[in-house]
Amino acid sequence: MGTAEILFFVLAGLTLLSGLLTVTSKNPIHSILYLIITFFSISGHYILLNAQFLAVVNIIVYAGAIMVLFLFVVMLMNLNKGDKSFSKSFVLLAGGITAALFFALTVGIFLKSDVYEANQTLLASGDIGLTEKLGSVLYRDYVVPFELASILFMAAMIGAVLLSKKTDDLHIKD
Amino acid sequence: MIPISYYLFLALGLFSIGMIGVMTRRNIIIILMCVELMLNSVNLLLVAFSKMHHAKNIGTEAGIDGQMLVLFIMVVAAAEVAIGLSIMILFYRKLHNVDVKSLNRLKH
Repeated sequence: MGTAEILFFVLAGLTLLSGLLTVTSKNPIHSILYLIITFFSISGHYILLNAQFLAVVNIIVYAGAIMVLFLFVVMLMNLNKGDKSFSKSFVLLAGGITAALFFALTVGIFLKSDVYEANQTLLASGDIGLTEKLGSVLYRDYVVPFELASILFMAAMIGAVLLSKKTDDLHIKD
Repeated sequence: MIPISYYLFLALGLFSIGMIGVMTRRNIIIILMCVELMLNSVNLLLVAFSKMHHAKNIGTEAGIDGQMLVLFIMVVAAAEVAIGLSIMILFYRKLHNVDVKSLNRLKH
C-alpha cells in the first residue's frame, strides 16, 4: 500500500463519515459544520488527483461562500432548534431501502461494463489540472458557456434581491 | 495507482447518503445541504474520470472537459443556492417554520 492509497482511504473515510454526520445531525448548525468538513476532504481528494485549480475553487466557493451563506441564514433567522426534523420511521425505512436499491443497481451496472474490466489506474500527476491549462481551454473552447455563466449570475443576483424585498400585499389564508 | 472503481464507490456512497437526506429530513435547510452533497459527489467522480481519460493518452489534453464541466457545475450550484435560500427566507416569513410538511397549500 503506497502513500497514495493510504491517503485515499483516510480521505475517503473522512468524507463518508462527515457526510453521514451531516445527514443525521439534529442541530442544523452541526450539519453545516460537518458539511464544511466534507468539502475540505473532497478538496483533499482533488489535490490527490492533481486537480489543483478545482481544489482551491471548491474551498473558496463551496466552503467559503455557500456554507457561510447557509450559516448566516440559519443564525439570523434563529433556526437552530432541531426538534421534529426527521420523518416518521416508515419514511426513513422506505428512504433507506430506495437508496440501497439505487446503490446496488449502479454497482451492478458498473461491474458488468467494460470500464471495470479495464479498471484503469489513475495518475496522481499529469498536467490537466493546472490553472494555466484550464484557463487556456476555458477561454479557447468554452468561451460561450463562460459568458452565459456571467448572465446566469446576473439573473441570480437580480432574483435574490427581488425575492427578499419586503412585500405587504402577499396574503395567505390561514 | 488508484483504480477507478474506488472513486466510483466513494462517489456512489456519498450520493446515496445525500439521497437519503433529501428523502427523510423535514428541515428544508438540511434538504438543500444534502442536494449540495450530491452535487459534490458527482464533481468528485467527474474529476476522477477526467484523470482516467488523461492517463489513457498522456501527452494530449484528453480529459480536460471533465474538469471544465465541474467548474460550470460549481457556478450553477452557487447561483442555485443563492436563489434557493432567498425563496426559503420568504417561506419562513410567511409560515414561521421551516418544516416541509407545512407546504401543503395546494391540497385545499
